[in-house]
Amino acid sequence: MNDLMTVVDWSRWQFALTAMYHWLFVPLTLGLSVIVGIMETIYYRTKSPRWLSTTKFWMTLFGINFAVGVATGIILEFEFGTNWSNYSWFVGDIFGAPLAIEGLFAFFMEATFIAIMFFGWKKVSPGFHLASTWLTALGASISALWILVANAWMQYPVGMEFDPAQMRNVMDDFWAVALSPVAVHKFFHAVFDGWVLAGVFVCGVSAWLLMRGRRRDMALVSVKIGGWTGLVGMILTLWTGDMSAVDVARVQPMKLAAMEGLYDGEHGQELVGIGVLASEDDRRAGKDPFLFKIGIPYGLSILANHDPNTFVPGINDLIKGVSFTPEGDTINTVSYAERIAMGKKAHEALREFDRALAAGDSAAMEAARASIKENYPYFGYGYLTSAEEAVPPVGMTFYAFRVMVMAGGYLLLFLIVALWSVYKKVELWDRKWWQWVAILSVAVVWICSQAGWVTAEVGRQPWIIQDLMPTRAAISAIPSGTVILTFWIFAAVFTALLVAEMSIMIKQINKKEEEE
Amino acid sequence: MDPHDISNQGHSTLRRLAELPGRVVRFYVEGFRGMTVGRKLWALIIIKLIIIFGVLKLFFFPDLLNRDYDDDTQRAGAVRETLINRSR
Repeated sequence: MNDLMTVVDWSRWQFALTAMYHWLFVPLTLGLSVIVGIMETIYYRTKSPRWLSTTKFWMTLFGINFAVGVATGIILEFEFGTNWSNYSWFVGDIFGAPLAIEGLFAFFMEATFIAIMFFGWKKVSPGFHLASTWLTALGASISALWILVANAWMQYPVGMEFDPAQMRNVMDDFWAVALSPVAVHKFFHAVFDGWVLAGVFVCGVSAWLLMRGRRRDMALVSVKIGGWTGLVGMILTLWTGDMSAVDVARVQPMKLAAMEGLYDGEHGQELVGIGVLASEDDRRAGKDPFLFKIGIPYGLSILANHDPNTFVPGINDLIKGVSFTPEGDTINTVSYAERIAMGKKAHEALREFDRALAAGDSAAMEAARASIKENYPYFGYGYLTSAEEAVPPVGMTFYAFRVMVMAGGYLLLFLIVALWSVYKKVELWDRKWWQWVAILSVAVVWICSQAGWVTAEVGRQPWIIQDLMPTRAAISAIPSGTVILTFWIFAAVFTALLVAEMSIMIKQINKKEEEE
Repeated sequence: MDPHDISNQGHSTLRRLAELPGRVVRFYVEGFRGMTVGRKLWALIIIKLIIIFGVLKLFFFPDLLNRDYDDDTQRAGAVRETLINRSR
C-alpha cells in the first residue's frame, strides 16, 4: 500500500507539473491569436504600415510561444497510458472521443492556417491571410474546447453507462458529454482567461519597450488593443466564473466547501474575503476553522445560488448527508457512510459478475449487472475506508482560490487604469514605476491562471472521476522509482524549454525595428 | 457560348488542380527558406519531439495495457481484477 501511495503521489505531482507547464503556453496562444487577429483586421481596413509592423511584431511572439508550447500536451496522454492505465481503460471512448476530435480536426486546422499566417504574407491575398489568422485563433479555441470537455467529464460524469463486461464507461449520449453545463462554462472561462492573460502580456511587453525607449507608437497602440481584449476577457471571465461557481455548488459541493474552508454551513452563508485557516487537526476536531477571517455577509449563498438567504452545506453537512437543490432548498441526501456502503455493494456485485463471467452463468451476470447499476453512482466510494478520505486538501484549495480571486481583482483594476491612462493620461506610461507595475503584472496574470487550475483540480480530490474513481484506484502498478525519475526528467526538460522560450522571446522583443 | 471556351476553361481548371500539390510544397519550402527566428524554433521543436517520442515514449511511457495484453477482453479482465483487488 505504501509503494502504491508513493506512486499515486508522485504521479499526481508529475501530472500537475506537466499540466501546469503546458498551461503556461496555452492561454497565451488562445489570447494572443485573438489580439493578432484584431491588429491584422485594423491593418486590413487601414492598409497602414504601422499596423502591419505591429501585427507582425506580436505575430512573431505568438509563433515563438506556439512553437515552444506545441506537443507539451502530448506528454499528458503518455501519462494516462502509463501511470493511469486503469483510468484510461475505465473511461475509454468518452475521454478518447474528444481528444481524438481535438487531434484530428482542431490541431490540424490550427497547424494549417498558422503556416499561411507566417509564410503567406506575399503569397496569398490580404483577405485570405486575415481569414487564416482568425481561423488559427478559432482552431486554438476549438482545440481547447475538446480538452476541456474531457476535463469537465471527469468533474461531472454524464452521458454514459458502465459496462462491467468491457470494464468501461460507454458513451450513450455524445451531446450530454459535449454540452454539459460544466464543460460549456469551463471552456468559456478558460478561453476568456486566455484573453486576459494575453492582454496583460501585451501591456507588460509594451511597458518594457517604453522603458527601453523603443517602438513607442507601436507600444501605445498595443496597450489599447491588449487592454481592451484583457478587460473584455476579464468581464467575461468573471461572468463565466460565476456560472462555474454555481456548477461547483450543484455537482461538486464538497469542492465548494473546501474552497471556503466551510465545515458547518448556514442559511445566508458568508463568503470568506480574507482568512487564515487553523491547523488541520483543530479543524478536524471541530474547533473554529479560522484563526482570522474577514467575511462578506451572504456572499457564498449569493455565489452558489444567486440568492442571499439559501443554505450552503459545509464539509460536515455533506458527510452527514445534507445538500441543497438547484433552487436552493435544503435537502437530505445520501450520507457519506451510506455512499461508502453502496460503493462496496457495487464492488461486491462486480466480483459476482467476474465469477459469473468465468463460469459462463448469464443469469448471475445479469443479476450482478443490475446490482452494479443500482449502486454505480457511488462506485468510487467503495475504495474509501472513512468519510474523511473524501474531503479534499482544504488548505491548498482555500488558498489557491483566494490567490485566483485576489489576483483577478488586481488585474481588473490594472486593466482599467492601463486603458484609462493610455487614452487620458498617456504620460503615466513614461513613468518608470508604472512601467514596472505593468511588467510585474505579467507574472501576476500567470499566477492567477495557474491558481484557478489548482483550485479546480485539487478541490476535486480524491476523485479522478467525480464519485466514480479515486486516484488510488486509477493508478497503474508501476515502480515508484520510474515515476520519480520521469518527474525529474520532465522538470529538467520543461525548465529548459521555458528558458529557451523566454530567451528567444526576450531577444525578439529587444530587436530594434531596423533589425527586422 | 463557344464550346471551345468551355473546353479551355475546363482544361485550365484541371491544370491548376494538377499543379496544386506542387504549389503547396513550394509554399512551404520557400516559407521555411525565408525564416529567420523560425529556424531556431524549428530546431527547438525537432529536439523536443525527439526527446518526447524518441526517449520518453520509447523508454519510459509504454501503454501498459496494450503492451501486456493481446486483446480487449484480456485488458478488461486485467482492469476488473485490479479494481476488485484494490477495493478489498
